[in-house]
Amino acid sequence: MIHFVLLISRQGKVRLIKWYSPYSQKERTKVIRELSGVILTRGPKLCNFVEWRGFKVVYKRYASLYFCMCIDQDDNELEILEIIHHYVEILDRYFGSVCELDLIFNFHKAYYILDEILIAGELQESSKKTVALLIAAQDSLVETAKEQAGSISNIIAQATK
Amino acid sequence: MSGPSLMDSLFQRTLEDLIKGLRQQLIGEQAFISKALEEIRKEIKSTDLSTKSTALLKLSYLSSLHFHDMSFATFHALEVLSSPRFSHKRIAYHAISISFHDSTPVLLLITNHLRKDLSSTNEFEVSLSLQCLSRIANVDLARDLTPEIFTLLSSNKLYVRKKAVAVVLRVFEKYPESVRVCFKRLVENLENSDPQVLSAVVGVFCELASKDPISYLPLAPEFYKILVDSKNNWVLIKVLKIFAKLAPLEPRLAKRVVEPICDHMRRTGAKSLVFECVRTVVTSLIENDSAVRLAVGKVREFLVDEDPNLKYLGLQALSIVAPKHLWAVSENKEFVIKSLSDADPNIKIESLRLVMALVSEHNVAEISRVLVNYALKSDPDFCNEILGSILSTCSRNVYEIIVDFDWYVSLLGEMSRIPHCQKGEEIENQLIDIGMRVKDVRPELVCVSRDLLIDPALLGNSFLHRLLSAAAWVSGEYVEYSRNPLELMEALLQPRTSLLPPSITAIYIQSAFKVLVFCLLTYLMQRGSTASSMFPDNLPSAVSASVSYESFDDLSVENVVDATDTHGPTCTSASITNESIVNLLNLVELALGPLLGSHDVEIQERARNVLGFVDLTKLDLLNSSVQEENDSERKGAEASKTIELMHGAFSKELGPVSSSAQGKICLPDGLMLKENLGDLEMICGDIDQPSSNSFSFGSPYEEKGGVSFSNLQIKENSRQSNESTSLLAEHRKRHGLYYLPSGKSEMISNDYPPANDPMLLGNINDNADDLVKLTEESLTPKRKPNHAKPRPVVVKLDEVDEKPESKEDSLSGAVHDVLFGSEDIVPTSSQSNLSDMPSSKRKGKEKQHTDSHVESKENLVDHGNPSSRRRKHHSHGKERRHRSPRKKNAEERKDNGQKLKEKSSHRHGMHKSGQRAEEPFNFSVQTPVIPDFLL
Repeated sequence: MIHFVLLISRQGKVRLIKWYSPYSQKERTKVIRELSGVILTRGPKLCNFVEWRGFKVVYKRYASLYFCMCIDQDDNELEILEIIHHYVEILDRYFGSVCELDLIFNFHKAYYILDEILIAGELQESSKKTVALLIAAQDSLVETAKEQAGSISNIIAQATK
Repeated sequence: MSGPSLMDSLFQRTLEDLIKGLRQQLIGEQAFISKALEEIRKEIKSTDLSTKSTALLKLSYLSSLHFHDMSFATFHALEVLSSPRFSHKRIAYHAISISFHDSTPVLLLITNHLRKDLSSTNEFEVSLSLQCLSRIANVDLARDLTPEIFTLLSSNKLYVRKKAVAVVLRVFEKYPESVRVCFKRLVENLENSDPQVLSAVVGVFCELASKDPISYLPLAPEFYKILVDSKNNWVLIKVLKIFAKLAPLEPRLAKRVVEPICDHMRRTGAKSLVFECVRTVVTSLIENDSAVRLAVGKVREFLVDEDPNLKYLGLQALSIVAPKHLWAVSENKEFVIKSLSDADPNIKIESLRLVMALVSEHNVAEISRVLVNYALKSDPDFCNEILGSILSTCSRNVYEIIVDFDWYVSLLGEMSRIPHCQKGEEIENQLIDIGMRVKDVRPELVCVSRDLLIDPALLGNSFLHRLLSAAAWVSGEYVEYSRNPLELMEALLQPRTSLLPPSITAIYIQSAFKVLVFCLLTYLMQRGSTASSMFPDNLPSAVSASVSYESFDDLSVENVVDATDTHGPTCTSASITNESIVNLLNLVELALGPLLGSHDVEIQERARNVLGFVDLTKLDLLNSSVQEENDSERKGAEASKTIELMHGAFSKELGPVSSSAQGKICLPDGLMLKENLGDLEMICGDIDQPSSNSFSFGSPYEEKGGVSFSNLQIKENSRQSNESTSLLAEHRKRHGLYYLPSGKSEMISNDYPPANDPMLLGNINDNADDLVKLTEESLTPKRKPNHAKPRPVVVKLDEVDEKPESKEDSLSGAVHDVLFGSEDIVPTSSQSNLSDMPSSKRKGKEKQHTDSHVESKENLVDHGNPSSRRRKHHSHGKERRHRSPRKKNAEERKDNGQKLKEKSSHRHGMHKSGQRAEEPFNFSVQTPVIPDFLL
């Protein structure tokens, strides 16, 4: 299974991180520090796998972002690469040629999308179209709610309550 | 402080504002964040859910990307969760899933929220709560929500169902009892036509099977169907993983799945699937030759591919296949060796592993030679990687592949001279180990140690200190093989030893002591023999001479003595003259004198010992040499007795000791090792106080000198050391150049010699080509090993060397793991751990078809003594099988009751299995299929 998903920029800034296995806060920062040290220093034409603490980390660089996933020793590295690519494609479709800034400002949406692709460290949806539809449906749910909440009368009602 | 006002909520910063502000960094990141956190703390107390949720969203941003603690907001997250609005829920669930953990106090309060959302009509709300549950589930949550999950497992909405399936894994893990409820529905989903649901189920089984494969053997027909029918690569990969776990347990199953797997391998274009097939074949179907050949063929395609990923994976697959089918590696060796100079360190390491797999008795020397040369030119990391793998390969199984130990010992010496070498500790162990185990190699070992010791450059490399301590020990312990003990003495006492850490200096001193005693004894022997021929009635020295000769014979060094006699007349025998002994004693006094003031007890004590010994013997020896021979005899006798005694103490050979040796000693009566010593605490407490002072050095003075004493001592020390260095400089002047032989003179410099210039890449490639050639040659089976000399005896201790105990331990541990799962994680029996779950399931299913399982289990068991616990378990399983056909509930219950009385918590697990057997699991329908399928 996938133990965590990590997106870091070339400068080592974390852009998204999702843990599927329990790690304490201390371990988390340590993991990120260690991994960014290992991954960011690797050259461009090397293989995309790193052995790390008895696990394997599969990473791939897209523009200035490194997408990393940590998996068990006997998981399939190529499959994980495909999942990473799958995620990137969906992000791309959702944001329209995604860039790092999109993820910075919509970090929660990146999470929501990831949650539609992976659950409990396993792939749950391999169709890009389905994911896009699901996200759109949830977004529209939010939008309608926002419209209601955003109206002035609502705010006044809230405030005078 | 009051809650936020209307203004606050109207002009609340949104997440976007926060991020923008962070990026502008007008006031610095930390300052901005702490300000933002302050705002959030205020806003999150708001009664308005929108304000609250925005605050929560901002907080989760800061928490997940800037690692700020958000535990203060756990309760607020729950409040937001209760909002009817989807947008709020989404934020709340996200915050919860990143911040909650098993010990979060408000975790108990979330159960109802989750339950409500799990049974919501809005599928997205259900999905959110499932998503969250998969992350935060603990025992209580898993138990309380099992019914809801069970319902969702057969939900009409595939979207929800697949998530429920995925969450089941987590629920099983936390609350194994839920298996009884949900397992059947989970299995039913295996026949679902929807690829996503199927993928989720297979994923769950893949994880479950990796922990305890035997339990899922009965489901093999379903998996087989998926393997043959499915077109979905994601699913196929997972199914292959399951078969990789199941096939080794059941040979018939392995035969059955080989065909479809090979089909997939041939047909598919997806590399990930091909690789999974290859891996399944090389890990689990290794007996099937044709499949392995096909897989190796695919591996070769990977190896020649441009993609470094495929290269890496290909090499990995080869290293899995290597132990059983070495031909696969030697067929591709050219490529493997080329990869040694790949740009990617991961690929280099993989190929190094493979090269080491190729090493055999016949080619170990050649391969090691080339690799060592290679290590000279590599970067430090890879260099040590190479050295480490040479060391571990050569020492494998008590130096199994080493025939020529002289060569190996000199290789060790050579390796320690490689500038990047950091394997001092490993080489240290091997030097001492070989010295003790292999008698015949000792002369060479001493020779190598000498070379290491006299090289002052090595002293500067702190990684090598351990190694030098081994060299010092060896040259002290086996000094009788040395050609020139005086030279050794000088090496041991050279001024640069001050660079060593105290513990190693102590070893140096001790070795110097041994060498000194040996030199004196040799000297006395020479004199004694001449003396005794002149005065045959002089008993003491005659005895001493004969004793020492005897002791020489005892040490089986006849040939060595011969050797020193023949081609080294200038060495041992002739070189120890009166003058040299005087010089030697002076040297010792000069070098060790300053150490008497050392802060390290060990050094101080040993230096004192040596100097005391010198004092004891010096006068006598020197006087006797000056005076008339017959006068000297009486005086010299005392000294020679002392020396003889010391030599006797040192000449007792040390042998390797089995690590289990202590266990063999039976406890003498009256010795109680397990008694609680707590009572002593009081007594010790009284003693402790005064004694705590006495640990500091020079305590007798401390009372007088007070605080200033330590300063004084330090000053004195430095003065001493200054003095000593100046003295040594003098000494050095007197002895001409530095007192080391000219052979090494080019190496001698005060600085550590620079690393060999890294050669150009071309050279490396040349080298790789060399290696290719070499292995080609050495791998041809025609070449017979022409061992010039027979392999020397390697002393082995049966227990230690074969390590049967530890093996058994790990094996039974593994078996235990397989059978009982992760019992350790959830130890209390009331929580009924995961371990019970699979075993109980097995009991449930295994009843009808038994043979194969028993077989496979027996196989596992055969390797070691089955633990009594397992045996119990096993027989119990049989018992169950006999009984189950009757399957009367009442009877079962009674049974269980009885079993419960049989105390152990393990039985408790059985008890559950008893109940499980009643569950209408319909395995009777499936299981009869299995034998047909398998045969």
